[in-house]
Amino acid sequence: MTEPAAGQDAKPEPKALHAVPDATPVDLDAAFRDSHVQEVLDKLDRELIGLKPVKTRIREIAALLLVDRLRKGLGLTAGAPSLHMCFTGNPGTGKTTVAMRMGEILKRLGYVREGHLVTVTRDDLVGQYIGHTAPKTKEVLKKAMGGVLFIDEAYYLYKPENERDYGAESIEILLQVMENQREDLVVILAGYKDKMDRFFQSNPGMSSRIAHHIDFPDYAPDELVAIARLMLEEQQYCFSPDAERAFADYIVKRMKMPYFANARSVRNALDRARLRQANRLFARPSVKLIKKDLVTIEAEDILASRVFSDGVPDTETPKPSIL
Amino acid sequence: MMTNTGNRLTQGQFSFLPDLTDEQISAQIKYALNHNWAVGVEYTDDPHPRNTYWEMYGMPMFDLKDPAGILLEINNCRKTFPNHYIRVTAFDSTRGVESPRMSYLVNRPKNEPGFGLARQESHGRNIRYTVHSYATDKPEGERYTK
Ligand SMILES: Nc1ncnc2c1ncn2[C@@H]1O[C@H](COP(=O)(O)OP(=O)(O)OP(=O)(O)O)[C@@H](O)[C@H]1O
Ligand SMILES: [Mg+2]
Repeated sequence: MTEPAAGQDAKPEPKALHAVPDATPVDLDAAFRDSHVQEVLDKLDRELIGLKPVKTRIREIAALLLVDRLRKGLGLTAGAPSLHMCFTGNPGTGKTTVAMRMGEILKRLGYVREGHLVTVTRDDLVGQYIGHTAPKTKEVLKKAMGGVLFIDEAYYLYKPENERDYGAESIEILLQVMENQREDLVVILAGYKDKMDRFFQSNPGMSSRIAHHIDFPDYAPDELVAIARLMLEEQQYCFSPDAERAFADYIVKRMKMPYFANARSVRNALDRARLRQANRLFARPSVKLIKKDLVTIEAEDILASRVFSDGVPDTETPKPSIL
Repeated sequence: MMTNTGNRLTQGQFSFLPDLTDEQISAQIKYALNHNWAVGVEYTDDPHPRNTYWEMYGMPMFDLKDPAGILLEINNCRKTFPNHYIRVTAFDSTRGVESPRMSYLVNRPKNEPGFGLARQESHGRNIRYTVHSYATDKPEGERYTK
């Protein structure tokens, strides 16, 4: 067997910078069209409300990768850009949702080969006893290769209060692979901003290997209403005009209460509205129902919430202590 | 020896071809993964053709999507056993057993002394023939150290 070629593939054409005439035309539009990236970006725009900074960054990454591909076509090499990311933001701002899309986007752009998403937390990476962690972490890394490794609540990997914790060993292995096998997988860390910042402070190696720190902003009330409309549409329901106004009131009130979780609170509120709608239909058995009754959420289904009557959230875990 | 031209072990798939490059190995692994076969890495320094059970380098790998993870293990194995035979085996479980579907060498010792023909005189004037690998005259682990 010849010596294994240690990652030393396609020798860069050393003089391409000068050998190819400066005036050589390049067709950026064609490359853009061929990648079908626009479809993915449009879909992202349609299916995710708001998230301006996130969408902008994804566009920028797409542009970088397309230009990179054109350069490669001319023999200009630059080495694979690092695309490891960190998503920070409050609960329910769409971090997990965007990570799932990332795989597909990066696949379309030819950055990853498969585009699948492997979601893990501390328990999947860190073992219970000496010698348990390394194989566990490597196993996960191997499964994620060709796609995206999503580490939710990444800060729990590092437990400074316990110096014999095996999390550090896992981080060590992650760092190595993030550095040496960029073309094999993309790592996305996610979590709440303050905890993530503290995690990076104690793990500067991790912070420096992450090229894109993306912050997910909280949604504005009108965005939350738009998200509600979208979610209902997916479930083949709709608001009556009154209900939509009621929901807008509801959201403004709910946002100021404890345990508000952005889009997830919207999803929970809608689930409860569906429950009330079904009960309302049952309470009036004599009335002849039509299809429209089955798909419409009425204002009363929203207004029955304790947010309006008592000024506290409906039982959304965990229970507020003011009860 | 006629059956071992150039003193190269010819076992498994592709063994009459020049050694596969890493890129070609990855393409073969991808073929196995596309069929949902589990892929394992195994090594030995006993090249006898009837030595079917090689040592496993880690467990066979299930649920992988991309060859990179397996190539990583192949390279780790090459680093640990640079002068052993290393093969990749793909296992198919559709019949309820893990039956090998593919098997090919991805590493071989620098010098392969090959096999000698051994004759044994048995009853009457009969002769029994067998092959004997010169390498196995030495103990395990010392067979291909120059
Ligand atoms: N911009 C959006 N448009 C439509 N739906 C959204 C949007 N953002 C989030 N959602 C929906 O809100 C729910 C919660 O989102 P997600 O799980 O991605 O939040 P998260 O940021 O990962 O929260 P956590 O930090 O608590 O894990 C999901 O059901 C998702 O479909
Ligand atoms: Mg999440």
